[in-house]
Amino acid sequence: MILQEPLLFELSRKGRSGVSLPKPAGQTHAIPVHLRRSKAARLPEISEPEAIRHFTRLSQWNFSIDTNFYPLGSCTMKHNPRVNEEVARYTGFAHVHPYQPDETVQGCLQLMYELETYLAEIAGMDAVTLQPAAGAQGELTGILMIRAYLESQGNPRKKILIPDSAHGTNPATSSMANYEVVQIRAGKEGRLLASTVAGLMNEDVAALMLTNPNTLGLFESEIRDIADIIHSKGGLIYGDGANMNALMGKARPGDLGVDVLQYNLHKTFTTPHGGGGPGSGPVAVKKFLEPYLPTPRVVADSCQLSAVSHSLDFDRPQSIGRVRTFYGNFGMLVRAYTYIREMGAEGLTRATELAVLNANYLRARLQDTYHLPYEARSLHEVVFSDKKQKEMHVSTLDIAKRLLDYGFHSPTIYFPLVVFGALMIEPTETETKETLDAFCDAMIAIAREAQTAPETVQKAPHKTHLRRLDEAKAAREPRLRYHFR
Amino acid sequence: MLSTIGVSSIEELFSTIPTDLRLKTPLQIPSPLSELELRNHLREISRKNAHGEDWAIFLGAGSYSHYIPSAVSQLLTRGEFLTAYTPYQPEVSQGTLQSIFEYQTLVCEILGMEVANASHYDGSTSMAEAALMALSITKKNKILVARNIHPEYREVLHTYLKNEGAVTQEIPFDETGALDRKIIDSLIDSDTACVIAGYPNFFGVIEDLTDVANKIHTAGGLFITATTEPLSLGLCKSPGEMGADIAVAEGQSFGNPMSFGGPYLGMFATREKYVRSMPGRLVGETVDQSGKRGYVLTLATREQHIRRERASSNICTNVALCALAATITLALWGKDGFEKLSQMNFDRAIDLKTRLGKIKGLRARFSGTHFNEFVVETARPADQILLALQKENILGGLALSRWYPELKNTLLITITEMNTSEQIEKLVSSLERCS
Repeated sequence: MILQEPLLFELSRKGRSGVSLPKPAGQTHAIPVHLRRSKAARLPEISEPEAIRHFTRLSQWNFSIDTNFYPLGSCTMKHNPRVNEEVARYTGFAHVHPYQPDETVQGCLQLMYELETYLAEIAGMDAVTLQPAAGAQGELTGILMIRAYLESQGNPRKKILIPDSAHGTNPATSSMANYEVVQIRAGKEGRLLASTVAGLMNEDVAALMLTNPNTLGLFESEIRDIADIIHSKGGLIYGDGANMNALMGKARPGDLGVDVLQYNLHKTFTTPHGGGGPGSGPVAVKKFLEPYLPTPRVVADSCQLSAVSHSLDFDRPQSIGRVRTFYGNFGMLVRAYTYIREMGAEGLTRATELAVLNANYLRARLQDTYHLPYEARSLHEVVFSDKKQKEMHVSTLDIAKRLLDYGFHSPTIYFPLVVFGALMIEPTETETKETLDAFCDAMIAIAREAQTAPETVQKAPHKTHLRRLDEAKAAREPRLRYHFR
Repeated sequence: MLSTIGVSSIEELFSTIPTDLRLKTPLQIPSPLSELELRNHLREISRKNAHGEDWAIFLGAGSYSHYIPSAVSQLLTRGEFLTAYTPYQPEVSQGTLQSIFEYQTLVCEILGMEVANASHYDGSTSMAEAALMALSITKKNKILVARNIHPEYREVLHTYLKNEGAVTQEIPFDETGALDRKIIDSLIDSDTACVIAGYPNFFGVIEDLTDVANKIHTAGGLFITATTEPLSLGLCKSPGEMGADIAVAEGQSFGNPMSFGGPYLGMFATREKYVRSMPGRLVGETVDQSGKRGYVLTLATREQHIRRERASSNICTNVALCALAATITLALWGKDGFEKLSQMNFDRAIDLKTRLGKIKGLRARFSGTHFNEFVVETARPADQILLALQKENILGGLALSRWYPELKNTLLITITEMNTSEQIEKLVSSLERCS
C-alpha cells in the first residue's frame, strides 16, 4: 500500500545514474565560453531500479482501460489491442528518418496510402490527409481548407454555424481560423432542425460544423435537408468525426452531405489514449476539396516498370500548406492501420453494432433511476442528468466521485453544456454484459445512497488515497513546477 | 440485452438513421487478418523500409536518433499509463498527473524557463502557437522570424498566421550561418510583436542571442527561441539565460524514436507572467481535503472546453505519452548522462567535420560553432554524392538546395552517439571515393 510517492527531484541523490554510457572515444572539445551553459539543468540523479520503482508505482495510481471500465462519453475508451504496440515498434517503422529518400521508405508510404483509402471508404469521402496531429488540429485543417476553397470562389465569408452541444474545440478552431462563431440551438428533442438552420443560413456563413451523431448520442436525422440548405447558399458542411464509432458500416458522412471530416484515430481506431495523447486527426474530403489538402500527399506512381510505387508529392499549388513538420503521427497511423486490417469491414461494422447495443443496454437499465433529458433513441452514447438526485442535494460531481469507490472511472461530466449536470456515458463495444451490469448496479446503488444516505455520495470518494483535491487552490496559487530548496 | 432494451434486433437500434441514408453494401476494406497473419503482413511492409539498424543514417534536421534506455518502452507500455485518458478525475489519475508535473519541471530546467505546459504536438506547432501568443500579449502586428529556422517550421508558422492579419518578415543569415545583425536592426520596430530565432538553427549553428533578445525587448516585443535539438542544452546556454520570453523545442530526442516523423513532442515554456496566455494543459500542485499533496489540471479557463471561441488555443489531446517517454528517459540519463551525451554529440560532430574537411571536394560551409549537425559544401553535385552513398547503404546527409536555392551543393550532415565507428569509417571512406 504505497500512499505517497516522492517526486523524481526528491528521490535524487548526487552521483547516482540510471544509464551506463560508452566511454568517449575521440577528443573532448570545449564549447566556447560565451555559449556555455552557466547553470546546469537540475535533472534528477537516480538509479535504474529507483526509476523503475518510481514510475511503476505512479502507474498503479491510475485508472485505465486496462484496469477499469472507463465510460467517458465522446472519448471512445475501447480496448487498445496489444498487437498495435508490438507492430509500431518494428525496427522498420520506428528507426526510420522522415527525410529518407522515397525509395528507402516504400513500406511507410504504402501503409499511409492504404490507410488513406480505408479512411476514405469508411467515411464515404474521396481523399484523405494523415498529417494532423490530433482531432483539434484536424478540425483546423478542415476549416482552413474550407476558407481556401471559398476564397477561390471569390469570398471566404465570415461566420461558422456551430450547435450549442458541440465540443469546445469546434468554436475554438473557428476562432483560430478567423471565423465568427454563430451558435445554433437544437430543437427540443435534442436534434438540429432544418428550419433553425434555414433561419441562420446566408451568404455570410462559410460552413456548419456538425457532429453526427451529436454529443447527446442522437443521430441528426434532418441532416439531408440541413445539408441542402447550407449547400444551396454556397456553404460547406464540416463533420466532426469524433463519434464515428456509431456509424461504421451503417452510414457514411460523405453520403449524408458532409464535405470535410476529421477522424480521431485515438477514439475510433484504438490508438492508445496515453494519458492525453498522442492522437492523430486525419481529414477526409470530397473531391472538390482535394487540391487544398496539406502538402505533401502520398501518391501512387502510375509507371509499372519503376521500382518506386509510392512517393511524396510536394507540387500542390492550392494546398493550405503544412500544419506540422513531416507527414503525420506515423507511429499512430501504424496502429490504426493494424486495427483496421485486423477487423476488416465485418469487424468494424460489428464494433459499431455492439457499441450501440451496449449504450442502449445501459440506457434501458438506468433510465428509471436517472433523468434522461431526451427521449429520442441513443446510438453509441447516452446522456443522463442529475435532476432526480439534485432533490437530495446530490450532484453529478458527487455521483462521479462515488463511482470511483465502486472501481469505475466516471463518465464525462458537465458536457455537453446543453444538459445541466450532464453524465455522458459511452461504454464502447469492448465491454462484456457482466461489466455493464456491474456498472449499472453501482449507478443504481449510488442513486439509492443519494436517497438514504446522501452524505456518503456528497463526501465521496472514500476509498481513493487522495480525496477531492482543491482545484480552486491550484488555480489561485499556481505551483506548476517543483522548486528546489 | 435486446429484450431489456425492448427491441428485437440490433438493426432496430439504428432506426433513427433514415433508410435511404443507410449504407447498403459492405465497406470495401480487405478481409480481416488473424493476429498471426497481421504481424507477418506488417513485418513484410516494415521490411520495405531502410532503417537505422542496417543502414548508416547521418540525418537530423528536426528528427534525431538517440539512445533510448531499455526501461523506457517497458514502462511506457504499462497499461495504466498507456490506456488511461486525460486526468479529468484527479483522484484516480495521480500517476499521469504527477509524471506530467515532473515533465513540466524538467522542461523548465532544460530550457531555463519558469513555467512549461504539459506538451504540445511538436516543435513546429509550438513555435506557431508561440507566435500567436506573442501577438495576443503585445497586441502588435509584426513577426520577425529567422530564415535559418527549419523550413518546415516556417511553413507551419505561415499556415497558422495566414488569417491573423499579422505581417511576417524573415531575418536573413550571414556567412557564418548566424543571424544577420545588421538587418535585424533595420527590421525591428515598435510594431514588432516578437523575434523568433533558432537555437541551434537549421544549419546546426549555435550563437549567443542575448543581444537579439535585448534589441527586441527594447522595442517592446518578445524574444522566442525554437530548438529542434534540445540535447544541445546539456552544454549550451539555455534560452532562458539569453532572455527568451517563450522557448519552444522539439522533444523527440528524449526517448521518442524517429518513427518516420511522428508522434513527436512539443516542449513549450514561458515566463510566469505570461502563463495565462499560454496554450495547452497545465498540471499544478495542490492538496486534498486531508492536506495530502496531490496534482490536478489547472488554469483551465485558458482552454477550449471552458473558453470555447475565446480560448488561447483549440488544443485538446496533446502528446502525454511522448512527454512521459521524455520524462523517463531524462530521469534515467540523469544530470550526468544528459551532459555526457551532449558532450559526446558535440565532440563527434567536430571530429567528423574535421575529417571531412580533409577530403578533396568537401569544405565546411559555415564557420559558426555547431552542435551535432553541420553543413558541408561539395564540389560534385550533392545529389550525385548522396546517390553514390545510398548504393552503399549510407544516408549521408540532407541536400539543402531544395529549401535554400543559394546553398547549391550543400549537405546537412548529422551525427549522434548512435552512429557506430564502423558507420563513421564507412561514411568517410565512401566520401573520399565519391567527392
